Amino acid sequence: MTTAFHIVVCGSLVPDPLQTLEPIQGPTGPALKNEMMLPSVLDPWAGHSLFEAANLAKQHPGSKVTLISLGPKAKLQQLMMIIAQKVPFELVCLDGSASGFMDSREVAVALAGAIEKIPGLDKTKLLVFGGCSSASRDAGTTMQMIAEQLGVNDVFLAADELKVQPGGSFRILERIEGGQYQVSTCAGAPAVIGWATGNLPEPPNNPQVGMTNMRTIMPALQKAQPAALKTDAIKFASVELPKQQRQTRIVKDTPVEEIAQEIVTWIKG
Amino acid sequence: MEKILFLAHTDTNGNLPKIALETLNAALQITQGLAGSTLTVGLVGENVQAAADQIAACGATKILGVSGADFGMSRYATDVKAAEAIGIAAGATLIIVPGTSRFSRAIPGAAFRLKATIDTHVSGIQFTEGVLQVQRWYYRQRMMATLTRAARPWILVVDSGVFQPWQGAKGSAKVEVVAATITDKEKRTKVTGVEAPSADAQTIRPDAPILLVAGAGWTKKQADGQIHAKKAETLILGFLKNAKASLGSSKSLVDQGSEGEQVLTCMSHLNQVGQTGSTPRHPKGLSTCCHGEEPHVVGWRFINERRAINTDANCGWAQGKADVLYVADAFAVMAKVNELLA
Repeated sequence: MTTAFHIVVCGSLVPDPLQTLEPIQGPTGPALKNEMMLPSVLDPWAGHSLFEAANLAKQHPGSKVTLISLGPKAKLQQLMMIIAQKVPFELVCLDGSASGFMDSREVAVALAGAIEKIPGLDKTKLLVFGGCSSASRDAGTTMQMIAEQLGVNDVFLAADELKVQPGGSFRILERIEGGQYQVSTCAGAPAVIGWATGNLPEPPNNPQVGMTNMRTIMPALQKAQPAALKTDAIKFASVELPKQQRQTRIVKDTPVEEIAQEIVTWIKG
Repeated sequence: MEKILFLAHTDTNGNLPKIALETLNAALQITQGLAGSTLTVGLVGENVQAAADQIAACGATKILGVSGADFGMSRYATDVKAAEAIGIAAGATLIIVPGTSRFSRAIPGAAFRLKATIDTHVSGIQFTEGVLQVQRWYYRQRMMATLTRAARPWILVVDSGVFQPWQGAKGSAKVEVVAATITDKEKRTKVTGVEAPSADAQTIRPDAPILLVAGAGWTKKQADGQIHAKKAETLILGFLKNAKASLGSSKSLVDQGSEGEQVLTCMSHLNQVGQTGSTPRHPKGLSTCCHGEEPHVVGWRFINERRAINTDANCGWAQGKADVLYVADAFAVMAKVNELLA
């Protein structure tokens, strides 16, 4: 007997990691300079969780994947053009700020509320996936707060592997200190899982998947509900780029022996 | 005036891990910095007496404990319950917590139940006009914020390596037992063990004096037109052994496995340093065969002294990201370095 899951993936956009970021003071707090103009990508760890979700759904017939994204609608539309061809999913869109300076509690309340509103949601089949932390706020707190609001008691963080056992229970590996994994078993859904990188490569683009996805993505974007996120929880005294710029000494045209000796002296020093 | 709670869990031996002692030091600094504040200690574990005795002399007004077999393991549901119970019993306005993997997972849930605000990855504290401000990084170590919050309770999860570990004499501590009732619903998850590489294969060593980072260049064609992955692995592992180093990797190198290219078997995603990897803290770091692209280098934020070996004199490391860039063949240099270190 196979177990069908409803896998809800929480993931949004972050600035492309190759972009130079500069903080500015906005009307409601810190922001990024030219934030709306910066090219964006799907938050990397959330992206891994989406690929894991799609893989799990494929192995368990009757399962489905819903992606919930909170971000500026126009930018989410651009992002969907990139990821729609990767894996099959339905989109639920919340129109609001994707800034890293938002308080995670506000974000978690908005996302949990959107999950609750998914039509026909069966919590006994629910797996909520997301990144173990975002590449923007990098707090690692949102998934747990979503779990609390949904009444889910089984939460895993920095997961790299999930194997469903016969009967619907699963075995999960979570990263812990010193390059080790904690191995746990869980009786089954519902559970909330914050993924690290997992083990899957990024799927190649599949135009057919893209076509199917876009049929639901465009209406979802049009129906996007504004997410009322408060911005007064944190009082920022400053947000600065690190000042340290090293004076790099470039050593070239030097014999290998000399370089090796210098490195060894440095290591032992 | 704050009611400060230092909240920690025991390790598998029943003691407090190093990061907990560092965080205790942070809690003490905060207690001293905010006049009239009091410090309570809260401990979670199968048996917390040894840990309480370990810090008996820290000056806490009382030590609260949640203990029992259910609290000996790192499980979200039971850890949240324990943290919530201690948080309520202490009536804390500020809760200072070590950023272990166990509490990094559980404490945000406890924050929600306690209606607390929370900041994680705290990497510094300061007092401005009597107000506690904390420092943490945003956008994966690309910008640093100094911030405070008015709402209470406020939970601070402190990163490792930021504060010196607390040191003091052991004593005989009195632990006030706090009850936390666990139901079957909270025991659906069972911890069955830890998968650890064998001692020889253990390449991630958080306390190592130096980090060696290997980039994708190790598995590219060399001057003779061939790939020498085996030789690369031997050189890298040789250096780890000789220098007692920890091993990091660029994303491109660990991604090669899933892309069907030649890989280094000693490397996994756990070694990855940078935007989607870890940000380790080591006094020194040596980068090899890596171009020093910004998404990787943000993972070097807490490496004090940085050197790199690359054949490209214009790579990212030359742009003020390393102290020294050696423009050379890493295969040749590392072979000689290993010879000298052996």
